[in-house]
Amino acid sequence: MAKTKAEQPNTQSDGDRLAELVAYLRDKRTTLREEWARRITEADLLHVMSAEEIFSEITAVYDNYVDALQTGSVETLQEYARDLSERIIPRGVDTDEVLGIVLLLRDVLARSLFTEYLSNPTLLNDILDAYEPAANRIAVTVGVSFVDERERVIREQQESIRELSTPVLQVRERLLILPIIGVLDAQRARQLTEQLLGAIQANRAKVVVMDITGVGTVDVAVANHLVQAVEASRLMGATVVITGLSSRIAQTIVDLGVDLTMMKTVGDLQGGLEEAERLLSAGDLPVEGL
Amino acid sequence: MATELESPRRVAISSDNDIVHARAQARDMSIALGFSSTDATLVATAISEVARNLVVHAGGGDLVMTAVADGVKTGLTIEASDRGPGIRDVEAALGSRYTGRGGLGLGLPGARRLMDDFSVDSSAESGTVVRMTKWRIIDELERLRQRRSRDGLPQGARDGTR
Amino acid sequence: MDVPILQQGDVLIASVQSDLSDMQVTRLRDELTTLVGSSRATGVVVNVSGMDVIDSFTARLLRSIAEAARMRGAMTYVVGIRPEVAIALVHFDVDLAPLQTALDLDEAMHLLRQRRHRHASNGD
Repeated sequence: MAKTKAEQPNTQSDGDRLAELVAYLRDKRTTLREEWARRITEADLLHVMSAEEIFSEITAVYDNYVDALQTGSVETLQEYARDLSERIIPRGVDTDEVLGIVLLLRDVLARSLFTEYLSNPTLLNDILDAYEPAANRIAVTVGVSFVDERERVIREQQESIRELSTPVLQVRERLLILPIIGVLDAQRARQLTEQLLGAIQANRAKVVVMDITGVGTVDVAVANHLVQAVEASRLMGATVVITGLSSRIAQTIVDLGVDLTMMKTVGDLQGGLEEAERLLSAGDLPVEGL
Repeated sequence: MATELESPRRVAISSDNDIVHARAQARDMSIALGFSSTDATLVATAISEVARNLVVHAGGGDLVMTAVADGVKTGLTIEASDRGPGIRDVEAALGSRYTGRGGLGLGLPGARRLMDDFSVDSSAESGTVVRMTKWRIIDELERLRQRRSRDGLPQGARDGTR
Repeated sequence: MDVPILQQGDVLIASVQSDLSDMQVTRLRDELTTLVGSSRATGVVVNVSGMDVIDSFTARLLRSIAEAARMRGAMTYVVGIRPEVAIALVHFDVDLAPLQTALDLDEAMHLLRQRRHRHASNGD
């Protein structure tokens, strides 16, 4: 027991120290987990979770923690931390709470080690030498996993926002509408083209009505992208009907050297849809290239 | 000022099949650098054009592909060099009507439109060097991730988070 | 044969499985041209869905397949151009207007059938 530990020689190897540490942590599992849970509640962390949920999660973290200490591999812990993050992020748990609970565990374990090995300062020093770097690595792993998951969520949201800003709507079989609204810059035009072609492929569309009523002005670069989008669509077997073409944009396109009579343009969206229906029911008339 | 990210990849071009090989390499390298499938295809297509020039007009040459960084941009620079007869009128060769029939077109205008930066140095004495780069902007999230991996921090790395 | 060419009714179907070298593309053009003549085919479908990259050389050859077939009384459709490839192609100066395209093989066969019926009903 404590007396025996105090009397042990101070020439333990790294591996022995770690093994002793792990054995200790397993031995004290119940007490330490309870202490940790108590400290978490005291600090008002994870308040979105019930007491049972907290205890269940910290048990998993504790066990993974000790395993990581033993094996030196943080992989399982990483996997668990990612999982946990995926669950708690939608519930509004923030970075400070995650770091908070991990540091609390570190404190709880360190305090416990102090108490246990107090009578043998040299041994205590050795044990802490083994404990500290491992514990720090674990804290960083959990923190980074959480942040990674947050960033993944942000990226997903960015993607959704981008897609929503240029929706491609399937009206009926083989017919898509692409309403373009707002400022069209080169990057958006590029993204629009990719989305359009992807939608043509996914929906097996034969006609796309591209409505640019809501677009103010376009510069030559953007007009170029629009023309390219129409040409690329044709290469995938789809005809693009452009509606809402202002005289200003028409001029920009003509200035590009594109023969507008070769592009299908109709005054308004309604007219465009009627033209689209006509094209679809007529079956294929060879699609003219630009 | 662009800085090299890793050591350049060199591909010798002398035959028809080398062109096919170069396309695939360019595409793979672009994807590995985080370019979209579309951009990777544009790069591979541009490489195909200049590689063909090397085979058809210069009797062979070298392609060097280098990953580069410049501020918030990351890119792939391709250098195609040969010891051929040189292009007499670079301006005309780059003009968009220089397509010609029967394969006389040098494919340079197409390559230029496909890439972001593009330059040609050519003389009868030293041959021709075509230098072209495709860039992409690294957003804040990716920059943070890159810095983390450089600092040796454990990666949370789920796929699709480039 | 680099590219398998099948005959279905009076339509020749060539399916490109992967990226082709210049020589392979040229051979394909020559083979198709010969076959259209000898088989009296009225339609040709070139499926390029297996191609990661189509550059100006290949694009010109696809066009020349269409032109050669047309001179022998056959209509050509190129199908399966991938979105990225379509975007790349529009950067070139190659005139692709003579090239008829469709999304996939099914669509092309449907269009070829329609043409035949239209010609038949027109008394051609």
